[in-house]
Amino acid sequence: MMNKYFRNILQRLENLFNAPFGQRLNPWYHLGAITFFLFWVILVSGIYLYIFYRTGVDEAFQTVESLTHDQWYAGGVMRSLHRYASDSIVVTMLLHMLRNFITGRFHSFRYFSWVIGVLLIWLVYICGINGYWMVWDRLAQFIAVATAEWFDWLSLFGQPLVRNFLMQGAVDDRFFTLLSFTHITIPLVLLLFMWVHTKRMNHAETNPPRYLAVGVVMTLLVLALIKPALSHAHADLSLVPGVIHLDWFYLAPYPLIYVWSPGAVWALVGGITLLLLSIPWLFKPRARAPVAEVHLDNCNGCERCFKDCPYSAITMQPRTDGKLHALQPVVDPDLCASCGICVGACPSSMPFRHNKLVSGIELPHRMLMTQRADIDRALAVLQGNARVMVFGCDCAYDVRVLQSEGVAALSLPCIGMLPPAFVDYVLRDAHADGVLIAGCREGDCQYRLGIRWTEQRLARERAPHLRRRVPLQRIELCWAGVLDDDLAHTALAVLRARIARLPQGKILGLE
Amino acid sequence: MKPLNYLGQGLAYALFAVVIGYFSTSPEYTHLPPDQALLKLSFRHAAQRIGACRERSDAELAKLAPNMRVRKVCPRERADVVVELEMDGKQLYHVALPPPGLTHDGAASIYRRLPVPAGTHHFVARLKDKVGGDFNFVREETVTLAAGRVMVIDFKADVPGAPGFMFIN
Repeated sequence: MMNKYFRNILQRLENLFNAPFGQRLNPWYHLGAITFFLFWVILVSGIYLYIFYRTGVDEAFQTVESLTHDQWYAGGVMRSLHRYASDSIVVTMLLHMLRNFITGRFHSFRYFSWVIGVLLIWLVYICGINGYWMVWDRLAQFIAVATAEWFDWLSLFGQPLVRNFLMQGAVDDRFFTLLSFTHITIPLVLLLFMWVHTKRMNHAETNPPRYLAVGVVMTLLVLALIKPALSHAHADLSLVPGVIHLDWFYLAPYPLIYVWSPGAVWALVGGITLLLLSIPWLFKPRARAPVAEVHLDNCNGCERCFKDCPYSAITMQPRTDGKLHALQPVVDPDLCASCGICVGACPSSMPFRHNKLVSGIELPHRMLMTQRADIDRALAVLQGNARVMVFGCDCAYDVRVLQSEGVAALSLPCIGMLPPAFVDYVLRDAHADGVLIAGCREGDCQYRLGIRWTEQRLARERAPHLRRRVPLQRIELCWAGVLDDDLAHTALAVLRARIARLPQGKILGLE
Repeated sequence: MKPLNYLGQGLAYALFAVVIGYFSTSPEYTHLPPDQALLKLSFRHAAQRIGACRERSDAELAKLAPNMRVRKVCPRERADVVVELEMDGKQLYHVALPPPGLTHDGAASIYRRLPVPAGTHHFVARLKDKVGGDFNFVREETVTLAAGRVMVIDFKADVPGAPGFMFIN
């Protein structure tokens, strides 16, 4: 119930952005990719800063000051870009996580990416906080002392770490060599884990649409020019940094070390981490849909299911049934999302077959034979001259709402499960006059690739292709979320109006 | 794309920039009120052993392996380090630091931050590192602490000539 409530709030918020950006460019649907992109912005701007950065108690501060003021047009802008992109990555990363939590994309086969994502949060924070030390201003001094005090609570070391920052002169130049080393090493580890984070995804989106990437960079550049990132005064361990302009994206827990206690902050941070790590199991659905099953009698090892699976749950392995085909697909039940995209990809998913319809790969609880029977029953009772068969997706707008005497509807686990041959089948013999294909909002497919593959199959760019004899003007696509009632009804009305204008009678064949 | 779309996108990017720009430096955090100074009491010190050394008897030595026959034997365990800090006649801090380690023979260490009002204060620091008896290290000093200033109170027992507390302002 709560989950549905939060999902609805999220969809309304996202719809606000759909209006100006359109579904394809809505930044909410590309938060992960934007986070990746921000990493590259941080990397490039960081490399520029590192060229000029000198390690040393005084040199560190002076070189950053020189970059900021003496070459404000390049070094200053790069510093600000580095800073603001680092802040932005926290925002996009946390929103990405929150969004995946609300949309239920964290359990079962997705637990691995979720857990690695939690580790990534730690790495991003370590990188960011480490970066602040390098400036060696009063903010860096505050962070260094507070971090040492925080870690000292754990009593891991022989003597308090904070004694290294006890008084002026306690910090030496070598410390900044260490900081530089860690500020290079940790981002490399971060990059490695970012790769691992997406490893279980086929065609992972790690680059946002170019239009969005340009928009993000331009925004950060404008911000860098309007409000350049500046240092506090040079660190002086004989003075207490009194008033500090904290970067709250990274440093929000630091004041709590003094308001509560270091131990309480460890409890908070550790508790949040444990809670996040356990979310895939705490909020796991009671029942999981059965995973895809391979039917070797109808499989020729064409690899389409293997290529189209969004989560790399299918591998091609040597044939075991003695047939001449070299390979057969094998489904890893731990990785299978039960989305049915593999069924939509299979060339054996052919409803015209008169014998028992079994595809090369099937969802046992949504067998194609049953789906065809449901379609036949629904088509048999359709009336009127603009009869429409609607195929929808269980994760998107509920297409059953559209049913009427002239409209039949069938909802699939994902629209990517729809074999193009079923569109052909529905229009053959004028059982229906048009087909409405509905799914999640564009860019927000619950199973990532369902919309993309469907569009490409219908456009005859990806196998299995929609046959050439099927006229595209009898097909309407509608990517509508759960709340997008108007969108779905409008798409249906547009299609019915269009097919009403088309010649009656023969439907298939090039028009 | 319509002009209204561009306007909407511009507003979304502007909102993002405002959020990033504002929270990257604001609101200010006051780590130490402007009328205060900070004492940092910090040192590492190994206290004295809890008992006196003694000499083994010949009979005891004979029971030991030849390579273990050392006549003088001392207890490993050390006493607690008891520290007391007084400001203007009032006790500011008191702690007994047990020696770390499985056999309680390590050097005790302490770090304690104590915000105090800026101004002139009379401090008395006391330390006892033995079993029983009174404090064996005492230092008194009147110090003027400027606002925002850090005064480190360190302790070194091995400084030739002047072992004990150091007030570093």
